[in-house]
This record gives sequence, C-alpha cells and structure tokens, in this order.
Amino acid sequence: MSFNRLSRFVLLAAFALSGPTIAYAQDDAATAAEPAAAEAAPATTDAPAAPAKKKHHKKEKAKAAPVAEMAAAEEKPAAAAAPAEEKAAAEPKPAEPAAAEAAPAAAAPAAEAPAAAAPAAAPKCGDKGFDCNKGDVAWMMTSTAFVLLMTVPGLALFYAGMVRSKNALSTTMQSFAIFCVIAVLWVIFGYGAAFTAHGDFLGALPWQEGSKGWFLSADDPTTAPAATFSKGQYLPDFVYCMFQLTFAAITVALITGGLAERMKFSAVMIFSVLWFCFSYLPIAHMVWYWDGPDAYLKGDAKAAEVAASHAGFLFQKGAIDFAGGTVVHINAGIAALMCALVLGPRKGLGKIHFAPHSLMMTAIGTGMLWMGWFGFNAGSALEANGGAGLAFFNTLFGTAVAGCAWAGTEWLLKGKPSLLGICSGIVAGLVAITPAAGFVGPVGAFVICAVAGVVCLLAATKLKAMLGYDDALDAFGVHCIGGIIGALGTGIYVNPALGGTGVYDYTAEAVGAFDAHAQFVAQLWAVATSLAWSGTVALVILLALKFTIGIRASDEAQEEGLDLSEHGEKAYNH
Amino acid sequence: MKLISAIIKPFKLDEVREALSEIGVAGITVTEVKGFGRQKGHTELYRGAEYVVDFLPKVKIEVAVDDSKLDGAIEAITKAAHTGKIGDGKVFVFTLTQAIRIRTGETGKDAL
Repeated sequence: MSFNRLSRFVLLAAFALSGPTIAYAQDDAATAAEPAAAEAAPATTDAPAAPAKKKHHKKEKAKAAPVAEMAAAEEKPAAAAAPAEEKAAAEPKPAEPAAAEAAPAAAAPAAEAPAAAAPAAAPKCGDKGFDCNKGDVAWMMTSTAFVLLMTVPGLALFYAGMVRSKNALSTTMQSFAIFCVIAVLWVIFGYGAAFTAHGDFLGALPWQEGSKGWFLSADDPTTAPAATFSKGQYLPDFVYCMFQLTFAAITVALITGGLAERMKFSAVMIFSVLWFCFSYLPIAHMVWYWDGPDAYLKGDAKAAEVAASHAGFLFQKGAIDFAGGTVVHINAGIAALMCALVLGPRKGLGKIHFAPHSLMMTAIGTGMLWMGWFGFNAGSALEANGGAGLAFFNTLFGTAVAGCAWAGTEWLLKGKPSLLGICSGIVAGLVAITPAAGFVGPVGAFVICAVAGVVCLLAATKLKAMLGYDDALDAFGVHCIGGIIGALGTGIYVNPALGGTGVYDYTAEAVGAFDAHAQFVAQLWAVATSLAWSGTVALVILLALKFTIGIRASDEAQEEGLDLSEHGEKAYNH
Repeated sequence: MKLISAIIKPFKLDEVREALSEIGVAGITVTEVKGFGRQKGHTELYRGAEYVVDFLPKVKIEVAVDDSKLDGAIEAITKAAHTGKIGDGKVFVFTLTQAIRIRTGETGKDAL
C-alpha cells in the first residue's frame, strides 16, 4: 500500500529536469552591522524581526555559536567586546568562561572552531541591546510542558487503554520510566551530542571540542543562547534544551507500542538507552543541526558554504522536517517493528482475546496527545509568530481531516466506525502533519492527512494481518507509515505553488526558487536514511540483548501479566 | 429441602426476585456468571483484529426452599425469566441435606 503511494508521489514530483540547488533556509543576513565592537555578538545584531522573512528550514539546533567561525576578523572584536562587555553587563558569571574561551577563539582563525569558541562571540540573553523575546521564551516553555503532557500521561494512557488490564501498569511504567531516564541522559550528554557542530552524523560528545560539556557545564544556565530561525533572535539554551528533551523522550517511549505485553522491563530500559544513544542522537543531529541563521550573510555564498558544511548530513541534503516526522516518528516506528519481529508475537495471539481493556483510557490519552501536540508542532517554530501560527493551524485542521478519513473509511469497509478508529485516525493525522506543520498550507494539510488516515488504517489492519507481525499497538502502522507519508508529502506541498511556504534562502534573504524534484529527492534521502539507520541499530541492539540477558518475558510472566511479574502491582483490585 | 439453581438473563433478575417474594420465598443468592448454550456470542472488532466472544453474561440465582414450595418456586422463576428467545436459561434442582441459620442456630425447615 504505502509503496504504491510512494511511487505515485515520485511520479508526481518527477517533472523538473534540471534543478537549481535546493535553497537551504538561508538566513538573510541582516548584515547588520555590528553595532560596534562594544556590542556583543558579531554576527547577529539586527534582529530582522521581520516576521515575513522567517522561514524555518529545519529545526535549528545549534547555538548561535557558529557565527564566530565566519570571520576570523570578527573574533578579535568579539574577544575585545567580551571583556568590555563583562564589565558593562550585569552578569559576572558568564564573563569568565566567555573570556577564557574568547582568547583561544581569537587566536585560532575560523576553520573548525565549533561550539567552544562560539559562546564567547555569540550574544547572550540579557546582553545590552539584545534580549530573548519574552513572548518567544514564554511560548517555548509552555510548549515544552505540552510535549511533556504528550508522554506523561498522554501516550501512556493511549497505549495502556489498548492492552489487557493485566499489562496496563507495565505499559504506563515503560513510558514514565523511559521519559525519566532519557531526560537525565539528555542533560548529561545527549543535548550536546545532538545539537553542536562536530561531524555530519553526530555533534560533540562531552570530552570533544565544541561540546556543551558534561551536565551542560559549558553553558551558562541563564544566559547561554540558542538560535531560532530568525537572525538575532535567540532563546535561552536551557529552555531549548528542555524542549528538545521532551522530543527525545517521547520518541523512545513510542517504541513501546511495538513491544507491548511481552518484553522484560530490564531489556526495555537497556534497549531504550542504547537506541537513544546510537539512533536518536545521530538522526536528530543529521536532520536538525545547523549553525543557525546568523551563520548566513546576505549575498555571501562562502559563508553559506561554511555554515552548510557544519550542518547535519540530512540537513545538508536539503531535507526538511518541521517537527520530527523523520526524527521522531519514522525513527521510532521502524524500531518498533524491529522489536515486534525479534520479540515474536504475544503468547496466545490469535487464540485468546486481546481486546483493549479500556478504550475510554485510550480516548483520554488521545485528547492529551492532540492538545500536547500543539506544543510539539507549533513550538517547533521556536518563536511565537506567524510560522508557529501556521503549525498550530495545521495541527488542528489536518488532524481533524485524518480523524474523519480513518473513521469514514472504517465505516465504509467494516460497517461500523469505532472509537478506537477515530482515535487512531487522529494520531495518524498528528503524525503525518508533524514534518509538514510549518511548511504546508491548508490544501497540503488536507491531502497529507487524508491520505495518512486511509493508508494508516490499511497498514494497521490489512498489512499487519497479511505480514503477521505483532505490532501490538500499531507503532509501525501509524507512526512509521504516517511519518513517511508526512515526510514525502512535505516535500511536495511545501511548494509555494501548492500553498506551501517554500524553503527560505538565508543568503538571498528570500524564499528560494522551488525545485520540486530536488526537494522530493531530499525527502527520500531523509526517509531512507532514518529507516535504514534506525532499523539497523534497533535490530543489532535487540539481537545482542536477546542472546545475552534475554528480551522476551517468559510464558508464565505473560500469563500472569507483566504488571505482577515485572512490577509487583495490579492495576485493578476489584 | 431443595436448592434451586437457575441461570437466567441478567435483565430478568428483578422480575424473578419479585415473583419469588410473591410466593413467600424471601432469601436468594445472586452470582454473575458467563456461559452459553445454544445462544451465539458476538463479534468485536478492534483495528482489524476480530474477536468472537462466545461467552455471554448471565445471572445465577440460588434459592433454598422447602419441598412444599418447590413447584411454586420453579413455576415463578420460569414464568418470570421467560422471553421466548434463545438464551433464556435453565433451572436445576438439587437435594439439600441440611440448612442452618447462623444467627439463631435453627436447622432444617426453620432455617429457610
């Protein structure tokens, strides 16, 4: 099914013969000036603030640091500015590390001087003449809390309602425990590994140059900045770190849908940690890491080249993913399929009834997921602006379309539309619109989500029945397939001619000319890379665990229920 | 003394209880059970996974009666629980060898 879809998309997209290079979201250089050496931050300055100009290309991860690499010349004023600034600024703390870092920065010319040198030259929240936009920061913190709600307890309830009552607590526990563990690892080293410049496939680990250090030690807790999609606009890095934390955690939690009701808890946790390290971190880096808009200057192709060379592998390919169709959904979905295949089916599948024990719980979880997803998608704009508004719009509209599509199709095919169906349709829509949220217009959202509603229904029912894998909670059928549809659909409907926003060129300071063929190919790269990388990593980890500690809960444990066997608890005591 | 054990459709419980009290049978024990005889179950569909549920919810009532009230009780139950459709249930009669009222120690007929 999905393959037919894919080939049709390819045919539709294959019309351009020669394509100009895909315009990366090049920040338009405000050129701004340097408000004078006394001012901090060479690169940015002038906040373009121009709302119309901001097009996010990808999630930008990085800090504003890269600026320092742009011009060695700028480093000297920066170094000079930093100490001067220190005296003027009210923040004594950041001054020291900044000054220390500024010295080596000034000494070493551009080349590869990622993270470490950068903070010295980059603006800091609270700097004179520059401050994080309070609306943006408020929105990002709100979004972060919303995305937390998506996992704790949105996804937990969504999944728990669909399993048998004797496994309800274990399903919930998996989501909660994964969230907590990933959150801790994220702060210790994960954030830095994903969102700093180092290589094409991964950022800097804590002991490597340019890293954020163990426990974010290289970041000043209140003033270190993170770039947005607008020149000169920053967020506190600690806020951005938390926002991204919730994404990492929910991605890993999603995988539990494929392993539900039969995996040992210890194996779940070890798998989660390893997969997070070897799959989530690299893929997040590959898709989303870039130096930020301030690394690009108007008309400066050389600067753009330098900046592009620091970006993640798939970012360099031109792939766009607004909020995580590839990084979160395809990534998790294919890993879930690997779990389902290596674990084998639940004991008694096909013989005894595995009906959901509480679809009311699933419905509540669905509501929380939908609400929380506004933070997931609209928060990915990193600012409280029109781009966020578009993502918000699509998250509401597209999701509703998918709910109708799934329920309507189910009504036609099965004769009765079910609550589980509409909940699944809603989630499929949310998944599909995720990579597209800030890029497509209403027509694009409609098409992508309608297709996802129908195709995911068929994947979760017919495909699963045909191929016989026990993807218990349809993490593959909904998240992987939905993510693929969304990622490819984004490549098509970001086209301004089809109502999309186009892809912003920060060097030209305008929306770039759209090359449909090239963009679609870039999307294919992202989809294929995520599938191959994540699937392989998951498979290797699973096999390694299977032949060492064992991953499958014993037949007795499955009979008794994982709540009792793994956690010593019963969900219901009546 | 006899123990009547009757399996009936759950929504008929109130009618049966009233019918029994009309003939003077005051005590009754009710259990929720599931089972099937000739009545077929139903099919549930969850995301394409079909579940055929054979067992149907029923209610079992147990009443201990004196021999003199046996026929009356049986008739009361069967009439009240009857709908004419498959699945109405069955009545079983066991011989009861002893009955004791715990509070007073009465035995036999006086305990019923």
